[in-house]
Amino acid sequence: MQPTRHSRTSLPWWRGRGLVIGVPYAWLLLFFLAPFLIVAKYSISEMGDVRVEDLVTYANGAVKLAAKYTNYVTVFTDSLYFNAYLASLKYALCTTLCCLAIGYPFAYFMARARASVQALLLMLVMLPFWTSFLLRVYAWKGLLDEGGWVANAIVGLHLDQALLAMGLIEAPGQLMHTTFSLLVGMTYTYLPFMILPLYANLSKMDLRLLEAASDLGATPWVAFWRVTVPMSIAGIVAGSMLVFIPCVGEYVTPELLGGPQTLMIGRVIWDENFSNNDPPMASTIAVVLVLLIVVPLALFNRYQARVEEATK
Amino acid sequence: MNTSADNAKFLQIQDVVKDFAGYKAVNNVSLDIAKGEIFALLGSSGCGKTTLLRMLAGFETPTSGRIVLNGQDLAGIAPYDRPLNMMFQSYALFPHLSVWDNIAFGLRREKLPKDTVAERVEAMLKLVQLGKFGKRKPHQLSGGQQQRVALARSLAKQPQLLLLDEPLGALDKKLREETQIELVNIIHSVGVTCVMVTHDQEEAMTMTSRIAVMSEGRFLQVGSPAEIYETPATRFVADFIGNVNLMDGKVTVDEPDHVVIDSADCRHYVGHGITGTLGMPVAVALRPEKIALQRARPTGEFNAVSGTIQELSYFGATTVFRVKLASGQVLAVSMANTERHLDDAFARGDTVWATWSPQAHVVLTH
Repeated sequence: MQPTRHSRTSLPWWRGRGLVIGVPYAWLLLFFLAPFLIVAKYSISEMGDVRVEDLVTYANGAVKLAAKYTNYVTVFTDSLYFNAYLASLKYALCTTLCCLAIGYPFAYFMARARASVQALLLMLVMLPFWTSFLLRVYAWKGLLDEGGWVANAIVGLHLDQALLAMGLIEAPGQLMHTTFSLLVGMTYTYLPFMILPLYANLSKMDLRLLEAASDLGATPWVAFWRVTVPMSIAGIVAGSMLVFIPCVGEYVTPELLGGPQTLMIGRVIWDENFSNNDPPMASTIAVVLVLLIVVPLALFNRYQARVEEATK
Repeated sequence: MNTSADNAKFLQIQDVVKDFAGYKAVNNVSLDIAKGEIFALLGSSGCGKTTLLRMLAGFETPTSGRIVLNGQDLAGIAPYDRPLNMMFQSYALFPHLSVWDNIAFGLRREKLPKDTVAERVEAMLKLVQLGKFGKRKPHQLSGGQQQRVALARSLAKQPQLLLLDEPLGALDKKLREETQIELVNIIHSVGVTCVMVTHDQEEAMTMTSRIAVMSEGRFLQVGSPAEIYETPATRFVADFIGNVNLMDGKVTVDEPDHVVIDSADCRHYVGHGITGTLGMPVAVALRPEKIALQRARPTGEFNAVSGTIQELSYFGATTVFRVKLASGQVLAVSMANTERHLDDAFARGDTVWATWSPQAHVVLTH
């Protein structure tokens, strides 16, 4: 008999493993799943005078089910919502690509740096978390506004012409409240979430594989694309998910740094709820948004499971 | 390609030094390796053998000295441009690629036509008897199969020189013995010149035509397995290769056809041609299997010593006795078990005589 195994299985469920897993699950059930179900219920409810009506009512001896699907029909037919979703996905995708383009080389060289330098670089990546996210986004306002340092530098180098040509800003010298300022803010905010999983992945890589590639005639450039990148796919996927998913529903950054043409879905939810006073519509948009995010997340989890099985 | 290159000097290592910040990992070694030879660099970990191999592959640059392969100085040639391939310790197979793609990796870098690549990969899979495993990923193979994929991958480009870094180190003992012969057969059938690094003397002796014993960055002795075993040049080599009994002594008789060496427990009559000066301190090396045990006192005063059996280890084919001599030295004696049962078998505590022939010794001066 193995005593350790015996003692593990004989623990009551509320102790040991059950407790460790159970507490966060209970937390999520209470504060994520329950509110989500309330939102989901709102989304198919009628608007009463002031309050949202109950889904199931009992009147005159009959049960009346008052589910209303018109909100969902509206979401999928009104181009306002469609365009806002599309814009959110577009900006999230652009942000993810920017983060990947900046984060991958950074993570790569961090993983290859000397151990003492690695620790320092890692701390620098984490450093922004020591200041409130809101403050840092506000700081970008100051940097990008007319007369701000970054704005001066960009205008001074005539880079604003290039941005204008790319359609990222509307007028030369006008950097704030544009697609450009939005992407700068979101890329800045989410960059660490790209770097950390990539770094974790790249620093684990067996460098002898690169020697093997070199031995077999691959130049460092070829070895990078044929060995390093394919082997870091799991890190790329993890980092991209960590950036993409929160970016889709981002509200604060577009609100502070974006402009009228960068209408994202977070803003639409706010408007429906507080300007239009239509919580069911806001809830519908939120539910569709969650579904939009859950699908790629599920795909990601399946991919991770497959990778884990492959490397076992 | 340089056709005038001398086949006996196919690979030349000339005065090669590798200095790691003041520590000489490889300290001025020179060596010529003939075309088609299988050569082993043998030594314990940290002796510099792997550093030397990595300099051949191009992963390390010699601090000084030259490495010339087939008439071409390899200095300044990047690893990916060298006409040699290496089989890495624990193989370094690409985990994201199938067996087929692993073997094709090097061929594709040469921009060969697709048909040629496919043809060569299939030929390699056949060579290492993995024809059906092309689509598998490395992790789906056993250790022995992975080893064969690694071999196929390193032979696919038909290199002029094959480097093997501890080729069988990751396999268990039984599989290792089988694979040794298989590996040698494949290397011979391809006809590639081969330099391997190993810490396993058995592996080096069964697989190679010549061995360099390395210690502290230097070659202590270079020779065939039999030369290194039967005529070790130094105490270190004698001790490192196989088991040996070393007895310190002094030359007391020096005649043209023999010398006599007196050691603490016995007098050695050495019948083969060595010369020395009287009184010269030497060490006599005796392999355990060259000593025999008997109960009766032998006639003559030379090459015999009595002692008590302190310990015996039964290995099936042989039994190793540890005989304690008067001086306190313990003599290892290995005897073949040619009979199934012996009524008069030696047992612990028995007093016995150990004897050996005048040809059994190796006399070492350093």
